[in-house]
Amino acid sequence: MTAIAPLTVGAASARTGLRPGHTLRCAADRVRIELLQYFRRSDALVFTFLFPVLLFAIFASAFGSLPAMLELEGQQVTQAHYYLPAMLAAGVFLSGVQNLGIEIAVERNDGTLQRLAATPLPVLSYFLGKLGQLLVTSLAQAALLLAVAVGAFGIELPTDPERWFTLAWVFFGALVCFAVLGVAVAQIPRTVSSASAVVIPLALILQFVSGIYLAFPMLPEWLQTIANLFPLAWVGHGMRFALLPEIAHHLEVGEAWNLQGVAMALGIWAVIGTVVAALTFRWIKRG
Amino acid sequence: MTTAPAVLADGLTKRYGARTVVDDVSFRIEPGETFALLGPNGAGKSTTVEMLEGFRTPTSGAASVLGVDPRHADRAWRSRIGVVLQSTGQADALTVREILTHFARVFPSARDVDETIAAVGLAEHAKRRVGKLSGGQQRRVDVALGIIGRPEVLFLDEPTTGFDPQARRAFWQLIRDVAADGTTILLTTHYLDEAEQLADRAGIIAGGRLLAIDRTDRIGGADARTPIVRWSDASGHHEVRTHEPAAVVRQLRGEPADLEIVRPSLEDVYLSLIGDDADDQPEEAAA
Repeated sequence: MTAIAPLTVGAASARTGLRPGHTLRCAADRVRIELLQYFRRSDALVFTFLFPVLLFAIFASAFGSLPAMLELEGQQVTQAHYYLPAMLAAGVFLSGVQNLGIEIAVERNDGTLQRLAATPLPVLSYFLGKLGQLLVTSLAQAALLLAVAVGAFGIELPTDPERWFTLAWVFFGALVCFAVLGVAVAQIPRTVSSASAVVIPLALILQFVSGIYLAFPMLPEWLQTIANLFPLAWVGHGMRFALLPEIAHHLEVGEAWNLQGVAMALGIWAVIGTVVAALTFRWIKRG
Repeated sequence: MTTAPAVLADGLTKRYGARTVVDDVSFRIEPGETFALLGPNGAGKSTTVEMLEGFRTPTSGAASVLGVDPRHADRAWRSRIGVVLQSTGQADALTVREILTHFARVFPSARDVDETIAAVGLAEHAKRRVGKLSGGQQRRVDVALGIIGRPEVLFLDEPTTGFDPQARRAFWQLIRDVAADGTTILLTTHYLDEAEQLADRAGIIAGGRLLAIDRTDRIGGADARTPIVRWSDASGHHEVRTHEPAAVVRQLRGEPADLEIVRPSLEDVYLSLIGDDADDQPEEAAA
């Protein structure tokens, strides 16, 4: 070992107890640590952060020459425009369920969580750290996506405050819902190497049946019914209400918006996710 | 003296199905003492330590660390314990100073971050990412994370595996400094010289059973250190244990081949104990 410096000796009496506010102070530092790691990991940056933006650019370019999906009363829903809310939904979904699911599964199986469990770090601080990471990265991702849509593809964003309000609650509702589902999903993989292999296919299938990559009206009715049992299709629906012209309701199931359905799906799945996560989360892998 | 022990194992037993991994292990470690659990791989050292750390529940028997049953560990107790696990998670993307700063904020009366980094000999690598360090350097990060919280009891599970001889010597000095600070240390190792250098007392464990426990210079009992006289002659190989080796040699006729007088070291004591155990339990693996 090089250049060893002695430790201060006789400082044992300098010990103090835990102070109030410990959980929140630890949570704030967890957010800092999570963000540092997130933005230094190239796989998370490419497959989670930039992925929806790249996909949107590809879809919008590839289908840009196709006729509009719907044209009515002087309004139109272009292919590019239709994919914008889908990619916004995909962004929160990937950051929450997929990225958090893989991250926590890896941290549980590689010993990171056991090392944290050996410290006075509260479990709640750990989760608030993950939630903070999700909040910051998802907001940045959504801002980037909207900027690309407007700047590079000339998509017009809504002017009605009600639409923006809907966008906000669907976005934050989805964030919380997908965060707890990510924690729950993280309990499935048993090894570090299987984390991605288990989580990604599950996430991919749900995205395909939920109208993220394939437009929802293209799917057969029975598949739409199945997809509507899960929260992702509802998040897409809510985002389409917020970002598409009013006439787009003709492309929805029953040709009508159903924001109550969105709120109910997010609420029910947030509760399911919280219960499953609380019942199954362990710092330590069982031997 | 009837002071409360810092660490107490009382008949600790851990079974997985029919397999007994730790079998009725008892010892006590006084405050400020350094104690080594010595044994080959798979002897049950880590399982014993993990029961004391509160990471595994004993099948039977009781544990107490700083007067608390580790199964009921709370944050206040965790803040007084330092743990260096045998295998730990990879904070690859963080620098040495970033991960230590985070842990220093989680503990209520942490050591100075830069002083701790210097103490493990990583001062010149403080700004490097942990993932870019060598295996031995990463192990020193583990040790730094174990002592950053100024623990009253420190668990070190095979801390120097993978160290070169020079790094091991420097590490020993660090542990002596930590011990001089009043810290009680439980060290597991399969290096005899490490136990001899650092520990006041040692227990030898094999096949899950504690075979001997004593001061490191007395372990195995007085007989185990009785000098051995060995020689060969026409009638074969001879070995005599005696406290008067010179007298035995004087009685030998002629100049026998391979004559030697051996004073058994800790290593000899250890090997004879481990060997006896292997003879006792040939069926253990099949049980």
